[in-house]
Amino acid sequence: MSLSVIIAHQLVNGLVLGSFYALVALGYTMIFGVIKLLNFAHGDLYMVGGFVGFLALSAISGVVGSGWGGIFLAMLLSMIGVGCLGVLIERIAYHPMLHAPRLSILITALAVSLVLQNAVLALTGGQYTAFHTDLGFGGIHLGPIFISYNQMVLVATAAGLMVALEFFVTHTQYGRAMRAVAIDHDMCRLMGIDVSAIIGVTFFVGTALAAAAGTMAGAYYGSLWYFMGFLIGLKAFTAAVIGGIGSIPGAMLGGLILGLLESFGTQIPGIGSAWKDVFAFAVLILVLVLKPTGLLGKSEQERM
Amino acid sequence: MTSDPARDDVVLKLTGVAAGYGRIQALGGIDLEVRRGQIVTLLGANGAGKTTTLKTISGLVRATAGTIVLEGRDIATMKPHEIARLGVVHVPEGRRILRGLTVRENLEVAAFAVRDGALRRSRLEQVFAQFPILHARQGQDGSLLSGGEQQMLAIGRALMQGPKLLLLDEPSMGLAPKLVLETMKIVKRLNRDEGTTILLVEQNARLALRLADYGYVLEGGMIRMRNAAAQLREDRSIVQAYLGGG
Repeated sequence: MSLSVIIAHQLVNGLVLGSFYALVALGYTMIFGVIKLLNFAHGDLYMVGGFVGFLALSAISGVVGSGWGGIFLAMLLSMIGVGCLGVLIERIAYHPMLHAPRLSILITALAVSLVLQNAVLALTGGQYTAFHTDLGFGGIHLGPIFISYNQMVLVATAAGLMVALEFFVTHTQYGRAMRAVAIDHDMCRLMGIDVSAIIGVTFFVGTALAAAAGTMAGAYYGSLWYFMGFLIGLKAFTAAVIGGIGSIPGAMLGGLILGLLESFGTQIPGIGSAWKDVFAFAVLILVLVLKPTGLLGKSEQERM
Repeated sequence: MTSDPARDDVVLKLTGVAAGYGRIQALGGIDLEVRRGQIVTLLGANGAGKTTTLKTISGLVRATAGTIVLEGRDIATMKPHEIARLGVVHVPEGRRILRGLTVRENLEVAAFAVRDGALRRSRLEQVFAQFPILHARQGQDGSLLSGGEQQMLAIGRALMQGPKLLLLDEPSMGLAPKLVLETMKIVKRLNRDEGTTILLVEQNARLALRLADYGYVLEGGMIRMRNAAAQLREDRSIVQAYLGGG
């Protein structure tokens, strides 16, 4: 294969991977924004989202089939269900800890992560679950480059979700309130905003995005596993930090950059795919050294 | 001031209000009254409890004793956002403009509790009419405004909430002298033209007493003195303690 074909292929692969990272990173960054918590359970909610999407598809595929139509519907159901689970987790596990020392709530997040993983481990026996779909292998050939329809739908769906999110945070009162809560809880209270309700909305939206990614990833790769959220959680965290933690455009950018870098990293002679995780974290270290606030992050300075 | 009966009804009444932070008591049981249409000012040195008084009224600090009655209703145990929705609008010290939100978004989100979109828009137009500079800068990040413009934004944000009672904490803090006067004119205008009732905390006591109808002097979390502003202006001990001598 010529170099340009390799580049084009990796571009497509990178976009697909980057879409997953970006969707998960968005929830990470939004939740960090409103309660300054690194929600280590976020990757596991992606995993749960995959399983709930799978169960939903199994339940409805008799009626709607298991092509993209059915998968969309299953994804939507998973987003709603897992979004509610996210809100429930916040109310039960994090809410009572909001005024506790930061380390306590961080440990709580680790505990939630373990609970989710082990619950799914117990239910599945640790086996891989095959995610059967009717997705074809079709696609289009652009000269020597092949792009599957699945890849196109997936990237387009992720982009659609991100556009919807961008509209939500800039054009709706709840979205603006979410950004306001990320900056100053007390000022928001004085403006009549129920901060704890907005935190709930943020958990719902952030977790729903992870669930969407989980369902799509399950359908695309064809399998689910109780531990599948661990690494993507770390990667999404990395993406969020690269983009600037707390910044929504930053999470999108960080996710895409990470996806593309990983895809291209595997093509560098001497660096096999086994090294792609090293690649991701090396980039994280580089960004932290050169621009500690992340690419789109802002420093905390304020003008009086 | 006047004996107009409509002006005599009490909007806010604090009775024996105590509050503190952890073990430190900041307010030791204060009584305070604000009547409709009045400007009442709270004077006192740093740490006397002025800011705590405002925070206790708006619910950011919980009263440990006493009652806070807003138009006949005890709000002492209510949450801050519920109190704000009743029209008690607290503009805190330092203005607290929301960084990362534009000037317009700062104003819009302040009216979060206003469900009626048309009312929100008409209030936005009023604020823009009153502060043309905010209209000109509406697309800019609110935190990039100058100090004086930020103060206008803070007051504009308060107006978006439709205040019944405005709690202003040191609106002149950190402003150039010319802007201090400008800010005070705005406060006066709000009171005179819109009939907004105002409880004003101000470091600059001379200025505050010129604006206010009535004043309270706080010391060590207790009310040390209360009187009509005109009387307080004449009081030698006040003048010496808070107005920088004779």
